[in-house]
Parts: sequence; C-alpha cells; structure tokens
Amino acid sequence: MILSPAEWEIVALSLKVSGTAITAILPIAFGLAWILARKRFAGKVVLDAVIHLPLVLPPVVTGWLLLILFGINGPVGRFFADTVGLTFMFRWTGAALAAAVMALPLMVRAMRLSIESVDRRLEGAARTLGAGPWRTFFEITLPLALPGVIAGMVLGFARSIGEFGATITFVSNIPGETRTLPLAIYTTLQLPGNEAVVTRLAIISVILSLGALVISEVLARRSGLGRGRHVL
Amino acid sequence: MSFEIDILIHRGGRKISGDFKTPAGLTALFGPSGAGKTSLLDAIAGLLRPDRGRIAVGGMVLFDSEAGINLKPERRACGYVFQDSRLFPHRSVTDNLLFGWRLVPEERRWIVPDVAVEFLGIGHLLDRMPSTLSGGEAQRVAIGRALLSGPRFLLMDEPLSSLDAGRREEIMGVIERIRDELRLPILYVSHDRAEVERLADQIIPIHAK
Repeated sequence: MILSPAEWEIVALSLKVSGTAITAILPIAFGLAWILARKRFAGKVVLDAVIHLPLVLPPVVTGWLLLILFGINGPVGRFFADTVGLTFMFRWTGAALAAAVMALPLMVRAMRLSIESVDRRLEGAARTLGAGPWRTFFEITLPLALPGVIAGMVLGFARSIGEFGATITFVSNIPGETRTLPLAIYTTLQLPGNEAVVTRLAIISVILSLGALVISEVLARRSGLGRGRHVL
Repeated sequence: MSFEIDILIHRGGRKISGDFKTPAGLTALFGPSGAGKTSLLDAIAGLLRPDRGRIAVGGMVLFDSEAGINLKPERRACGYVFQDSRLFPHRSVTDNLLFGWRLVPEERRWIVPDVAVEFLGIGHLLDRMPSTLSGGEAQRVAIGRALLSGPRFLLMDEPLSSLDAGRREEIMGVIERIRDELRLPILYVSHDRAEVERLADQIIPIHAK
C-alpha cells in the first residue's frame, strides 16, 4: 500500500498531535491518578467525575468548552498566550490539547489501577531498609506501577489518534495544521470518487489504534492488572 | 536495656498498648492473633505513629510524643523481618539483599554480603527472582536483607508462620545463630508457645483488649 505525499503528511500530523498530547498530559494524568489512588480528601468524587467527563460528554460539547476556556478570549487561553506565548486556536497545538483532554480519563483510569495494585507494605519494607520517600517511590512504587502507566499512555494514544468531534469543534479542519486522520477521512468522504484514498487512510487508522490497544492489553496483563481487571 | 517501650496506639476503635523493658537477647511478644503485636512492631519501626508514649532502643530515643521526637523509619536502623517476606518482586535476590546495604553509611555496616550469604546458606539463590523462591528460601533472603542494612536491632513478626515443619526448624536455627553469634537485640512476635519457649530469653504476654 503506497501513500501519496499528501497522505503521509496527514499521518505525520496525526502522530505529531497525538505524541505531543500524550507526552504533555502524562505528568498531569499520573499526578491525578496518584491523588485518586492514595489521597483521601473532600471532593474526591467530584474530581473523579470531572476527569471522566470527556468520556461521557458528546465530544462536540467538550470542544465547545475548550473553545470557551482556551479560546483567544478564554481565561485559560489568555493566560497561556500572555505567559508563554502559546496559543491554541486553529493551530495543531489546539488539536493536541483536544486529543489530550479526550485521552486523559483513559490514562488516569489505567494509571490509578496500577498504582492501587502496588503493595504498600513493600514501600514500608523499603523505608525500614533505609530508603527515604523519594527513593522508595522511584525504586519500588514506580517500577511496580510502570506497566500500567505505559498501558495508560498507549491507550490514551490510541484514543487520541481517533479524536474527531472535540478537535473539529475547537480548532476546525485546516489542512496541514489541524486536519488529522479522522478529519481527513471525513473531508475526503465529502468529495466523490475518492474511495481509494479513504480506504488507505482508514486502514492506517485501524493499524495505529489496534496496535496501540494490543500493546496496552499486553502490558496490563503483564502488570497483573489483566487478571479480571481491564482498564476499559 | 535493649527495648524500652511505653506506647498507646488507637486503631479502628481498639486500644493497643505496650509497656515493657527488655534485657539483651531475644524477647518474645507472645499472645493470640489480633492482639496488636504487629502494630507494636510497626510502631517501633516507624511505620505507624503511636498516639502517645515513648520508644527507645539501646538508649536511642526513636519516638517520644512529649519531646516531639519521631524519627523517620529510614533513620531508625531497624531490621524488620515480616511475616510474609516482602521481597521486592521486580528485583533479583542479589538486588534485594543489597537494597539496604547500598544505602547504609559504611561505618554502620557490620556484616559483608559474602558472610551473610554464607551464614544463611543462600549462595545458590542469588540470581533468582523472588517469585521462584520457596517460603523458607524467601524468608532466609528477607533475613539477609535486614541484616545487611546495618540494623542496630531486629524486629521479627512471626517469621515462621508461613513455613512447613522442616523449614521452620531450619529458620529457627538461623534465628538462634543470630541471637547467639551476632548478639543483636531482637523483638520477636509469635502466637506459638513451643517456638517462643525455645527461642526467647524473655517472654512478654500481650493480651487482646
């Protein structure tokens, strides 16, 4: 199967958008997963619900909310523009933001499960052997939770590759800037006589998503999460 | 005096209290399951904060609620052997043994890895992963890991309870040698009378409240 240069560009843009999204959201997802797994506080249920919102909201509503918050006149959007000169509107960075928000709940779920599955008594053992809290985290907790953390990343990546509704609502459908794989497929479908292009792009989508899903399941199984506990 | 304990712990509506002083050697805390013996050991190790009281071992104060002293677990130089060996599952036997050894300052080390491995007879296990060890093997590695961390005293929480008769005998021999040859103060928790009578220099009964 041979892709045209224009089609390669679409695939490359999709990978850039998703790769950036997952890398940028990773520390936030892990931090939230840690808080939900380990801390007790008032409003935990609310935080949990807000994180999961993108999973159940119509994506177009998520996109609209992003528009309000991260748009040029949105409070968060203005903050980013003023402090680090980062804007999201009609740019690939906005597509990455939409992808990150949509991937977040899946990542937090997988990582929270993997953190909860770490035997805290092992951390106690490490402390009595002379390891401080940070060393215990990096040498015991994180390595034991790592398969689940990677599974969460891969799962989030698969989700973000397929992101459509929030992206097109938030940053529109601009060739070379925000036209990722699903948007390109949608656009191509609007024109007659492009079945071959659609088929090729669709196959690429299937390969990327399926590959990521399989990797995430394998990792989850290896971490012991797989025994009756799926991340989905 | 080895252990000087006078603490009160509230746990889930229960009160656990420990008030005793021990001479050198091995002291057994003896009592039924659920009497709070493990909580007492956890408090001495620093894994659980008592509500009030004082803990000193060998003259060093580890916890004193009135003086506001509460040493972190990693500062207590305590060798803790758990009921379940609690070996780190993602690390080899060697890496488990050396976990504490690598962290402890040189002047506090009093046994080198080769000697500990010889003493415990675990030379043939060094490259294995913990999941492949039998209960007795895992417990010997756990004892070695604790000894190599340069402890000033040992806490042992029913180290024989998960073992069959043959393995119990073997680990009991190891504990007797630690008591007699290494001369570490040991606090030993058990609910088995025969085990306690054989090992302990002093027995302190702990009752459920």
